[in-house]
Amino acid sequence: MSGEKFDAIVIGAGMAGNAAAYTMASRGLKVLQLERGEYPGSKNVQGAIMYANMLEEIIPNFRDDAPLERHLVEQRFWMMDDTSHVGIQYRSDDFNGSTPERYTIIRAQFDRWFSRKVREAGAIVLCETTATELAQEGGKVIGVRTDRTGDVILADTVVLAEGANGLLGARAGLRQTSTSESVALAVKEIHFLPEDVIDQRFGLHGNEGCVIEAAGTISRGMAGLAFLYTNKESISLGIGCLVSDFAATCESPYELLEAFKNHSSIKHLIADSEVKEYAAHLIPEGGYKAIPALFGDGWVVVGDAAQLNNAVHREGSNLAMTSGRIAGEAIFEVKSRGGRMTKRNLALYKTMLDDSFVIKDLRKYKDMPALLHTNSRNFFMTYPKLMSEASKNFMRVDGTPKIENERATTAAFIKARSRWGLVSDAVRLALAWR
Amino acid sequence: MTVAVTKLRVEDKLFQNRYLVDQGRPHIKVRPHEHPSANLLALTRICPAKCYELNDKGQVEIAADGCMECGTCRVLCEASGDITWNYPRGGFGVLFKFG
Repeated sequence: MSGEKFDAIVIGAGMAGNAAAYTMASRGLKVLQLERGEYPGSKNVQGAIMYANMLEEIIPNFRDDAPLERHLVEQRFWMMDDTSHVGIQYRSDDFNGSTPERYTIIRAQFDRWFSRKVREAGAIVLCETTATELAQEGGKVIGVRTDRTGDVILADTVVLAEGANGLLGARAGLRQTSTSESVALAVKEIHFLPEDVIDQRFGLHGNEGCVIEAAGTISRGMAGLAFLYTNKESISLGIGCLVSDFAATCESPYELLEAFKNHSSIKHLIADSEVKEYAAHLIPEGGYKAIPALFGDGWVVVGDAAQLNNAVHREGSNLAMTSGRIAGEAIFEVKSRGGRMTKRNLALYKTMLDDSFVIKDLRKYKDMPALLHTNSRNFFMTYPKLMSEASKNFMRVDGTPKIENERATTAAFIKARSRWGLVSDAVRLALAWR
Repeated sequence: MTVAVTKLRVEDKLFQNRYLVDQGRPHIKVRPHEHPSANLLALTRICPAKCYELNDKGQVEIAADGCMECGTCRVLCEASGDITWNYPRGGFGVLFKFG
């Protein structure tokens, strides 16, 4: 590959990298994509929910052959204490149309499919190749070094789609390394069950799917979230908490996962299943304020590597796909104007991203990470317990006058957080949400 | 938490996974030390693959074979120099079948 020069080298074959490589290659740019895994997807971990609209903008007819598990018709959100959960449940037949908007996927399979599309679009995809260093000349990125040869592979632009644990950009001094406060560690298992058993347990038909997301005492006072997603013949489930919280508490992630699986609200849903994989992954949680410099001379950064993740709505892969697509479009635009890949010209990527839902959504929730992280015990321990107690008081029929139950509920809230604390939490939450 | 988590062996979980170990080339190394820092010590509990363990001298050692390459230890301990971290060579390391 020495002597050859590419319009762009894309580092990584995840959602962001594939979107960028596909966008550029399908517009005729000469693209090299590097992936360190044996095949695209073999290093990638996600829950995983895939949002159709964002993929549709890249590959409009993806439903024809993409490996999709179930389309989602039902979402449950549970606030859990040790023995119970209080939940919100939304289910709608409207999600059963001909173009459903969300699907569960299995990343190792989905990424292989996406990568095939990238290759068909004309990009060269090189697997089993770890990019080890960005080559720079006079402050400009001019290519990458890999563990295959010491030679620099040259390119006008490098698209860093190296994920939450990306090394290259940070080591080249282009962006900060993630801090333990800005990333969560999630662990996940995949449990296989017959399709009809999953249908029965969740009340599903055909390809309908259901997701459960849960917060509460399951994260033991840490800022965290657990999930359970139905695939066709399996259930993906896991739990994630901030790395800084793990370090402070020394809780073990696999013990947390086991406790979640053994919770009385979850246990029966996965009974008799066969576990086939255990995975771990970092998730960017810093939000808007943690977004690093997104572009410079000869480079742009996309997806998780750029902290583009909306923790409030648990959207990651769609921000990754969209930022990858926009980066690809911006690079193509600069190129077709005959421009060089300077910092000034690549600022177009940021302008276009600012104008998309990606930055608009992240800006909306810019104060949310700090609020949840600094109040994690209240939001993930105290309130779930109070909610559970309040619900129990409301449901209980044991001869206690209702007025006494109500008083007990109010007293419990005030005792736990004080009147001032309750008002203050509510106001801060409302402000961060606004 | 009332749920008892007894006899949980993370090795049994990792047994489900596929790895191609690059023999003799560990991708993570722990800096020699007398007493581990708080973060390094925390890794013996919070590494999801339980790669870090205490030896009889109270020092933290690593066996990176079961590593899932998540980067938790890198985020916590690379900046201080407690560990050095690189990705395994291309094709080596964990291979997720489902991811």
